[in-house]
Amino acid sequence: MILFWLLAPLMVLAAIGMVVVRKAVHSALLLAFVMVSLAALYAGLDAPFLFAVQIIVYTGAILMLFLFVLMLVGVDASDSVVETIKGQRLMAVVLGLLFGGLLSIGVAQAVSATVVGLDEANGEGNVPALAQLLFGRYVFAFELTSALLITAALGAMVLAHTERVAPKATQRDLAQARMRDYAEHGAHLGPLPTPGVYARHNAVDTPALLPDGSTAEASVSRSLRARGNVRRAHAGDVDKTAAALDPEAPAADLSERGSGR
Amino acid sequence: MNPGAYITLSALLFSIGAVGVLVRRNAIVVFMSVELMLNACNLALVTFAKQTGDLSGQVAAFFVMVVAAAEVVVGLAIIMSIFRTRRSASVDDASLLKY
Repeated sequence: MILFWLLAPLMVLAAIGMVVVRKAVHSALLLAFVMVSLAALYAGLDAPFLFAVQIIVYTGAILMLFLFVLMLVGVDASDSVVETIKGQRLMAVVLGLLFGGLLSIGVAQAVSATVVGLDEANGEGNVPALAQLLFGRYVFAFELTSALLITAALGAMVLAHTERVAPKATQRDLAQARMRDYAEHGAHLGPLPTPGVYARHNAVDTPALLPDGSTAEASVSRSLRARGNVRRAHAGDVDKTAAALDPEAPAADLSERGSGR
Repeated sequence: MNPGAYITLSALLFSIGAVGVLVRRNAIVVFMSVELMLNACNLALVTFAKQTGDLSGQVAAFFVMVVAAAEVVVGLAIIMSIFRTRRSASVDDASLLKY
């Protein structure tokens, strides 16, 4: 029971956090915590087989699948906070509180406190006893799960497969498209400008500064901008940096000169 | 061991998952909330197995895990194909059947 009272509050907190947190990746990590804690609870409930399966299948396979899809869909696909139905969130929370109260009061009172325990059922070990049941009494259901798994695998293949409608663009096609863009819209022929690495910060999230002091938007990766991780560069930064590099100017003078202009 | 505490925890996790399904609009997070509800049910099943001294509860939890694995595979594939055509993972955007 010590394990339970240690884990249960943390699990409830992590579950609430999973619902509240904005970014989907954080939700996935909090869900992973809940699942690993559940595995520990299974171990305490005389279910060593389910302990292993919970960690391998849920935390190992299912959550990794979630993370893969999150990466494919894009990390910028976070929730908007705008409510589409007015008062929906409040109603949902009230409903959840009522439902949780009803369940915990009703079910917890209906559950009797007598515990038979699994010592007898687990006599020759949990895994052999479970195997007896799976391949004995529940063998038909077990066979049906194979059909379910095959259907799921086929369904995922069908859903994830896309026909290629246009031939794959070769290097020649790409070069021609680039030249066409240049001829028609005057797009720059060369590669995109490099970010402002080494200019002010030692990172690629700083946009390059153009000679007139404005920032080159194309110099930062699109996914960085979508995540909102781009540092701001201001027009005055050029003067500040130049002042900092000026050997004759005193260091204390820096801020005034930067903001003065 | 006090089965009531385990069942209460299970009920709490289940209702938190239900609120998540109602509140969140990112399809992937909605899906995670469904997983949380399934896990809460599993906890109740394993607790009942221990309480009654019958391993059938653990077998049921095992089947729930199998079904959850299959469900996640198909569900995430559906989310992927919706995202590919509509460039959005929000459940509000997939409302074409309404009209």
